[in-house]
Amino acid sequence: MKVIIVAGTPGAGKTAVLLHTLKVLADEKRNVSAVKVDCLYTEDHLRFQNIGIPTLMGLSRDMCPDHYTIYNLGEMIDFANSNQSETLIVETAGLCHRCAPYTENCLGVCVIDATTGPNTPLKVGPFLSTANVVVITKGDVISQAEREIFRERILEMNPNCRIIEANGLTGKGSIELASCFDEAQTFSYEQEELRHNAPFSICTLCVGETRIHSQHHRGVLRHINGLQEYIGE
Amino acid sequence: MIQSISILAGRNKTGRTEKFERIDIHCGEIIGIVGPTGSGKSALIEDIEQLAQRDTTTNRQILLNGRIPDPDLRYDPKKKLIAQLSQNMNFLADMSVEEFLKLHAKCRGKNPNLVDQVIEAANALTGEPIRKDMNLTILSGGQSRSLMVADVAFISDSPIVLIDEIENAGIKKHEALKLLSGNGKIILVVTHDPILALMTKRRIIMKTGGVEKVIATTENEMELSVHLNRIDQELLQIREKVRHGQEITSSFFNAETLSPEFAE
Repeated sequence: MKVIIVAGTPGAGKTAVLLHTLKVLADEKRNVSAVKVDCLYTEDHLRFQNIGIPTLMGLSRDMCPDHYTIYNLGEMIDFANSNQSETLIVETAGLCHRCAPYTENCLGVCVIDATTGPNTPLKVGPFLSTANVVVITKGDVISQAEREIFRERILEMNPNCRIIEANGLTGKGSIELASCFDEAQTFSYEQEELRHNAPFSICTLCVGETRIHSQHHRGVLRHINGLQEYIGE
Repeated sequence: MIQSISILAGRNKTGRTEKFERIDIHCGEIIGIVGPTGSGKSALIEDIEQLAQRDTTTNRQILLNGRIPDPDLRYDPKKKLIAQLSQNMNFLADMSVEEFLKLHAKCRGKNPNLVDQVIEAANALTGEPIRKDMNLTILSGGQSRSLMVADVAFISDSPIVLIDEIENAGIKKHEALKLLSGNGKIILVVTHDPILALMTKRRIIMKTGGVEKVIATTENEMELSVHLNRIDQELLQIREKVRHGQEITSSFFNAETLSPEFAE
């Protein structure tokens, strides 16, 4: 089984790019399954199903969507196996720029919006720097010069990635992206490890604390002055 | 050295093969691309910009000097042979004009000292002057387009230049076109403007996402182009006067200002 994990900021165009790419795979009569993970609401899985791709949908609700994805990878693999798919494509929700949901042997695809400006590649962290393929969207809205600067900034953060310039409206880049999926390593659920540790914050807010005053802070806390401490039993 | 660029037919939006086999464009030629909105003009420009190898939605293939180009030429801005002036009217990058031009010069492997030259050329095309300490995002539409033109001319300086609707820019289009089209360059210009379209030797006609035909400019059209250019010059002069708060004392309708052909 090959597993493709697609991450990116909200609104970058992950779903639009994937829709075009899944159409290319469907036209090639490839047997692929997809999973769409979101936080609170999505209908995107229906759009994937409409083009004939078996698609599972998961909502992480009040849980970190990347943690949720990791806890459910086993079920996702079972789903793909039950469809006799050779490839599983997982679209994650990805929110905080701090995480990278890619595992060692998946093909990590980062979708990034060129209109967010040339400093964005410096800000987004491991989901860009540990990706195999970086898909730049909305490049048609900016000048060639800005596109070239954006591309250079991506290469500063991830010198070995393959960059694809895509367009979620016209489908530009989808054939190239589909052809990258074959390059994924063989995924082994039992032995897989994350490329980058998931973000952690082990405190009482994680389990439902709503009061904000410092007298209620418990757990591992990091202060704006750089100090880190543990308060609790 | 680029001698020619060739477009090999792909498919239009309905999936039908385009009505040509191959279009060869040689160095020094300016070729027009015309057609209604949505007819696939910008997609054709994009295929050329990314040197499509039957891997885009149109299934076209682009050859350089009659051969399949080296993959590096497609992706590496330092080796890129193609400069593109797209339809965008504004910059979105939050940085100063100087910082932006220096960064772009670095991407393209050019001398960062080009900055002053680029700004000077841009200011020759637009009204209010651009200063290098200005932030890109505060530039007006005309200033942005002028800077894009000058950037393409000096920093992206490439043997193949793609221009998408220069007439929408609100800048001096003839001067801009002159700046962009250096000696021996291949120029493809997408346009809705009959003056620009008839200035080219050939034009590609687009329809429903595909090339419909390629027509050569006739002698009749060339003559017409000269007339249209005169009218355009008049319009430009009047526009500049209006812009600078002057009263217009003569017009097309005033025979004295017109060339004899029009007075008849």
